[in-house]
Amino acid sequence: MATQRVKFTFPQELITLPVIYQLGKEFNVVTNIRRADVTADRGWVVLELEGDAEEIERGLAWVAAKGVRVDPVQGDIVEG
Amino acid sequence: MSFTSALRCRECKREYPLDPIYVCDFCFGPLEVVYDYEAMRQALSREKIERGPLSVWRYADLLPCEGEPVDICAGFTPLLKAGRLGEELGLRHLYLKNDCANPTWSFKDRVVTVAATKAREFGFGTLACASTGNLANSVAAHAARAGLEAIVFIPSDLERGKIVGSAIYGPTLVAVDGSYDEVNRLCSELAGKYPWAFVNVNMRPYYAEGSKTLGYEVAEQLGWRAPDHCIVPMASGSLYVKIWKGLQELAKLRLIDSVHTKMSGAQAAGCSPIVSAWEAGTPNIRPVRPHTIAKSLAIGNPADGYYALQVMAESGGFGVAVSDEEVVEGIQLLARAEGIFAETAGGVVISGLKRLVEAGRLGRDEVVVAFITGAGLKTQEAVTEALSPPLHVQPTIASFEQALGERSGVGTQRTADRAS
Repeated sequence: MATQRVKFTFPQELITLPVIYQLGKEFNVVTNIRRADVTADRGWVVLELEGDAEEIERGLAWVAAKGVRVDPVQGDIVEG
Repeated sequence: MSFTSALRCRECKREYPLDPIYVCDFCFGPLEVVYDYEAMRQALSREKIERGPLSVWRYADLLPCEGEPVDICAGFTPLLKAGRLGEELGLRHLYLKNDCANPTWSFKDRVVTVAATKAREFGFGTLACASTGNLANSVAAHAARAGLEAIVFIPSDLERGKIVGSAIYGPTLVAVDGSYDEVNRLCSELAGKYPWAFVNVNMRPYYAEGSKTLGYEVAEQLGWRAPDHCIVPMASGSLYVKIWKGLQELAKLRLIDSVHTKMSGAQAAGCSPIVSAWEAGTPNIRPVRPHTIAKSLAIGNPADGYYALQVMAESGGFGVAVSDEEVVEGIQLLARAEGIFAETAGGVVISGLKRLVEAGRLGRDEVVVAFITGAGLKTQEAVTEALSPPLHVQPTIASFEQALGERSGVGTQRTADRAS
């Protein structure tokens, strides 16, 4: 089992879609939300994913393909 | 000695032991070092600091380290009164904090000296980072000094010239194929998998504290007072936040009077998520894909953006974003007016400052400090095309004077002046 901590940032057009629910349903991944801030026009969710490492990878690729930005929880770490 | 007592989550305030960890297990918020300021106040004085070494380690009591520093003499860089630039911009008391004068020519030496010292304390054998420039240089240099292994991840399309400043110190350089986001994700996963001190991941709570020394130094160099206005380049936002924290700590320790400093932050328009949020009046940072020549500031998803916005609001400072053309103009203006060749982040600061003055957001009599965080030789390509080519002449005085005359008429004038 692997775990991964990620941040999803939603654009306005995806706010109403149940992306996290679908991620848990379409893939064998347990989603565990720790912090979030969602309004009518934008939103972010910090969560932990648990499952097989490859399944998490596939799930995150699916989320990103939907148009949700996926980042590590600590922000960008490649610095100048 | 260190007066640290714990790590604390900036969001839910849960406390943790002083370990190589960086996010709260509960809410995944970032962790920050907690100090015992009462005990620190008893132990510290201006005189004690002034007797210390001419480096960031004169502030060792304010940093989260216990062990012998990994020290290549980072910090205590010049604070220069910028008379000519100030006159050009309309500021009577403009100062430049010149962090080009650090051992690897950027402010990153301040944070890496702290991270390397802490890494050695924790017993790590490897210092790691992911970087396109300044951070890589500093990590490689400090690891060499400490006798630690260094592993540095770089995007595979990074120009060869930018690798030299790291490669010379003998690290393992790993060029990663893939987009910026992919490099970010890989390094984040590697940091969780390998027992390395990844300076801005598991060392981040300690690493970031090194930036406070810029605030301490400026206050000390101004005669133990906080400036009226600071203008700071923003990438992750950490530097900006920590300069403010440094000034606040000095006031808390009664080493300076209360802080009334306005903190303004500058970004390049091609990567300005913090300034965009400030302009929109929202605390929510929208991540962006960077597209700017100011590579040292190109962080699209800034870890400390939210906290930078809080400081901007609390201090009454401003956000300002400048075009790439203005970045180049800013570098040239600084070089011509004050003899300092800054990298692109310096161009962002100088042009940002110019914009703020033009918008009437700085008073002519304010004590203003502009933070120049890295040297221009690292980003020569940014300005090469903007510079005049040299005059080509034959080895005769006649050829020289003809060429000079053709360029600007200056040569003729000088000859005439001397004749009269």
